[in-house]
Amino acid sequence: MSDTLRKIFAPLIFIVGILAAWEWAVWYNDLPDFRMASPSDLIPRYIRFWDLFLIKSWETLWRTVVGLGLAVVVGTLFGMIMGFSRFAREGLYPILVGFNAIPKATVVPIVALMFVGQHDFNTILIAFMISFFPIAVSVSIGLSTLEPEYRDILRSLGASNFTIFWKIALPKTLPEFFGALKVAVTLAFIGTNLMEIVSPHGRGLGDLFDSGRISADYPLMFAVLFALAALGILLFYVVVFLERIFAGWAERPQ
Amino acid sequence: MSTQMIELRGVTHAYKTKAGPLPVLDDLSLAIPENTFCAVVGPSGCGKSTLTRLVSGLMRPDKGEVWLHDQKVTSPRPTVGMAFQNPVLLEWRTILQNVLLPLEIVKSPMSKAQAMDRARHLLDLVGLTGFEDKRPSELSGGMRQRASLCRSIIHKPDVLILDEPFGALDAFTREDLWCTMHDLRAQEPFTCLLITHDLRESVFLADQVIVLSGRPAHAQYVLDVDIPGKRSLEDLYTPKAVAMLAELRHQIQVAQGRTPEAEAAE
Repeated sequence: MSDTLRKIFAPLIFIVGILAAWEWAVWYNDLPDFRMASPSDLIPRYIRFWDLFLIKSWETLWRTVVGLGLAVVVGTLFGMIMGFSRFAREGLYPILVGFNAIPKATVVPIVALMFVGQHDFNTILIAFMISFFPIAVSVSIGLSTLEPEYRDILRSLGASNFTIFWKIALPKTLPEFFGALKVAVTLAFIGTNLMEIVSPHGRGLGDLFDSGRISADYPLMFAVLFALAALGILLFYVVVFLERIFAGWAERPQ
Repeated sequence: MSTQMIELRGVTHAYKTKAGPLPVLDDLSLAIPENTFCAVVGPSGCGKSTLTRLVSGLMRPDKGEVWLHDQKVTSPRPTVGMAFQNPVLLEWRTILQNVLLPLEIVKSPMSKAQAMDRARHLLDLVGLTGFEDKRPSELSGGMRQRASLCRSIIHKPDVLILDEPFGALDAFTREDLWCTMHDLRAQEPFTCLLITHDLRESVFLADQVIVLSGRPAHAQYVLDVDIPGKRSLEDLYTPKAVAMLAELRHQIQVAQGRTPEAEAAE
């Protein structure tokens, strides 16, 4: 089997297999759909609510991406400050760890009160807060562990600190950065949905999920989970694609 | 006016550590004439690498002065080339782009096309033709070190500082690279300061070998390597070379405080 064929068919075969096993398990145990919906229950929901799925997915997607983008900018900035200054690193690290340790579900109601009515802003804020930590940490570690010789080859020629950062430190940190970004993508999704579900405001897939709950439409809730998974896969592979372009050199030839 | 390319005058340097200052160099004076290949050997931890950082201007000595080409060194300068034990090639660049890196920092009269030609020529000299567009991860350790050497001289430095560049290579690759060094020197003249642990390497490559004493180091012994003409590895096994090696080994033992007399006294 060729590589491309395997890459397409291997996930397909596994997905179909798992769905079939699931369908069988629900049928065999004779579970009612309020305990466990089966894949065949989901299809009518997608058909019936297709327009809603598109609109809500888009709302969830764009707010996640903006939150993630913010996390990349701020996280990289923090990472740079902590990577270059030991003083800043030692001072900021405990604060960042503490901030990261606060469960974001508890932050949601506070943020919702603080910026009451600013739903898009609030959602983006939570997505940002939950996903910027791994980026900041990985960039700072990448920069602070740069071997001195790398700096010296340019510094011995009289290069400025900015040149060293631009030509060496930044590209050298890219593999770590993308590793963190893959984690951050998933986290940003969790953040967006947290806001949509804990502080309902009629937007995003979280809202559709909530509607399913309120109207006791359990298969709809399951259908939303699958839509979320699909969006997650989509964003993850966008990051993988960007990684190939910008940090493809880090992949060793087999 | 002196004709020295590299000159150290009474250089004293100490590192600040938790346990107080750690003196590494003590009143070290050296003079290396233009186009001389000078090897520096000495016991482990005697401040050899500190010496390279001082000569390249990456560090300034506590006391004393470093002069390059009749100019006092106060900061890094683009007329210096450096290579280390770790070849530190940038993995995201091709070999050719790696070799060209210094020219992105140093202003050079070379045009882009001339620079490319020069890079290809140097890669050819060290036997890396055909690897220009490969990534460093596709090369062996010895090949990476060859590329690193090309990078260190691409901008035609007048001083080349080599900090144990062959130290991590296997014996055969190392001897290969020694010969490559001679080829490079025959093609273009430069003054070279080589830090090494390998006495055979120092005798084979250098015109002058300086033995540093134990820490804090000063110049303990200077050997003029008098092997005329083009050198080959066989020259290392002549009685003259063997005598030089024996003398250097003895000097290292003195520097370590491990002379036969001292050991007999214990």
